[in-house]
Amino acid sequence: MMNGTKKADGPSLLLRGVRKAFADVKAVDGLDLEVARGECFGLLGPNGAGKTTTIEICEGLTTPDAGTVELLGLNWRTGASELRQRIGVQLQETQFPDKLTVEETLRLFRSFFKRGISVDESIETAQLEEKRRSRVVGLSGGQKQRLAMACALVGDPELLFLDEPTTGLDPQARRHLWDLVDRLKQAGRTIILTTHYMEEAERLCDRVAIMDHGRVIALGTPQQLIATVGGEDIVEFAVASGETSRAVVNAALLKAIPGVQSLDVDEGLHRLSVSELHTAVPRIFAVLREQGLHLSEFRTHSASLEDVFVRLTGRNLRDE
Amino acid sequence: MNSLELSSLYQLTVVRFRLLFREPEAIFWIFIFPILLAVGLGIAFRNRPADVLQVGATTTQLTQALNADKGLTATTMDEAAGTQVLATGSILLLAIQRPEGVAYKFDDTNPDARTARLLVDRAIQTAAGRSDAVRAENELVHETGARYVDFVVPGLLGMNLMGSAMWGLGFSIVEARQKKLLKRLVASPMPRWQYLASFLLSRLAMLVVEVAVFLGFARVAFGVPFRGSLVQLGLLCVLTSLAFSALGLLVASRAKTMEAASGLMNLVMLPMWILSGVFFSATRFPVAIQPLVRALPLTAAIDALRGNMLQGMNIGQMIARVGILLAWFVLPFAVSLRIFRWR
Repeated sequence: MMNGTKKADGPSLLLRGVRKAFADVKAVDGLDLEVARGECFGLLGPNGAGKTTTIEICEGLTTPDAGTVELLGLNWRTGASELRQRIGVQLQETQFPDKLTVEETLRLFRSFFKRGISVDESIETAQLEEKRRSRVVGLSGGQKQRLAMACALVGDPELLFLDEPTTGLDPQARRHLWDLVDRLKQAGRTIILTTHYMEEAERLCDRVAIMDHGRVIALGTPQQLIATVGGEDIVEFAVASGETSRAVVNAALLKAIPGVQSLDVDEGLHRLSVSELHTAVPRIFAVLREQGLHLSEFRTHSASLEDVFVRLTGRNLRDE
Repeated sequence: MNSLELSSLYQLTVVRFRLLFREPEAIFWIFIFPILLAVGLGIAFRNRPADVLQVGATTTQLTQALNADKGLTATTMDEAAGTQVLATGSILLLAIQRPEGVAYKFDDTNPDARTARLLVDRAIQTAAGRSDAVRAENELVHETGARYVDFVVPGLLGMNLMGSAMWGLGFSIVEARQKKLLKRLVASPMPRWQYLASFLLSRLAMLVVEVAVFLGFARVAFGVPFRGSLVQLGLLCVLTSLAFSALGLLVASRAKTMEAASGLMNLVMLPMWILSGVFFSATRFPVAIQPLVRALPLTAAIDALRGNMLQGMNIGQMIARVGILLAWFVLPFAVSLRIFRWR
């Protein structure tokens, strides 16, 4: 799938000392980034942090004032036409023509690429089969975003840029889109996305750069970043017993487990904060087994990236 | 997919057609409106058959003599009554029998009355036995091409070519820019020239239909003449459309909102609606502004269309007008390619 070009093992994306100012606002103020092949990399930050300017510099839509930008071993000055063929782009707030159908829109975008997947395949990937012949004007917000995603995919890109892919979507549509990104990751594509949703970055990204005022203020895997705050894990589960689908477990038994710091129960969903996940989880299972309860839901996740941002800036991510 | 469907220029052009035909208003303005306008104007300014002139006479002999002329209808009345009727305008002239001959009472500032004077005198003299010194015969021609509708059809054609080219290009481009679609397109490998070319291609294809429908109607309904070469007429239409497409592109090259674009469009088109001789000859404007009027693309286009259709002139005889149109194509196109805002 990947073209056997030189530097095939080099990073997908390399930024060195990139700067961009609009009037007197420093949108991007000395940025260094390196994204490996096959990685899903997130640019996280509040509105106005410089995420979109950064991603548009990477996409060749904005020329930086200073610094070097390299994608797939190429740069925009000399390799623009090859790069356009090899990257996929989804921009914030693109409105496709209302009166074209999904299929017609994709056929148009497919025609720009020398090679790529078929229109049918892109429709299938974006799960728009039912809407294939619907006009864009009749699509929901989530469907429009999936169409934008499909347009970014028709060229079978090695490197995919997604600018706030889920902003403005309802939670269900957001989850739907996350599943789609998951599948793209599994197919081995390099993905660079921006978001101001913590859970999105945590859920999707292998590594995250937290941006503020045009600078990267923290960089690492979500787990590493959270660990810097004194990381804890969260265990969430629900249990069923006989007739009741959401039974409540004896709190004293759970709190007695070593490593469990706190517990709260919300409509049958038990949420425990745990310091030593690997030893605590088998003990939780044991307690449930002794009580004759069956798990109907179980998940664990690390404490939030939100805390990292708050610790570094003293502000909340979504305040702005 | 076959290879045509994989061609981006084909896809872009097809998209233009789809978007146009899915916009019912566009169909009305491009196809129906000019026809309605031509019908309305054709009815208002239709040429009536030559009028029969009403006259009066004081004796039955005179009346008989006058009625012998097909151009006159005479009634017998006495002088007093006749003078009164003459004053109300029901008759144009009263012929009065006098002992020494005939007297004509009429208003010599009224052209119809002067015509009546000539006809009446001829009829009376003929009846009295005058014979023509020179034998004369009438050869009547009812010339198409001299009527108002013949004049206005090329004007409407030019105006329509201007409107559809400018709106078609300008609005779609600004809309795409406003909706960030332009930005999305340039983020893809789409060759930029193909985007602009797709507008010109779809415009030219639409032109064939548009011009054929309108001129076909004018031909069938009004018998508007086509004295020049049809191929050259087609070429003139293409050139006109290209010139206004380039102008539309120029107007759209920087505008960020539809409001700004439509303001600019009207600013560009309004002077031409007035000055370029769509409905009346542009030569009526003062000599001082004639150089400006002549330099407008719509004036050049309409003059050339009239030259071709009404006077049967070929392009070689209208090289100045064609040159003006060419200049209006090349210059705005070159400028807009330089200043075009892709995002």
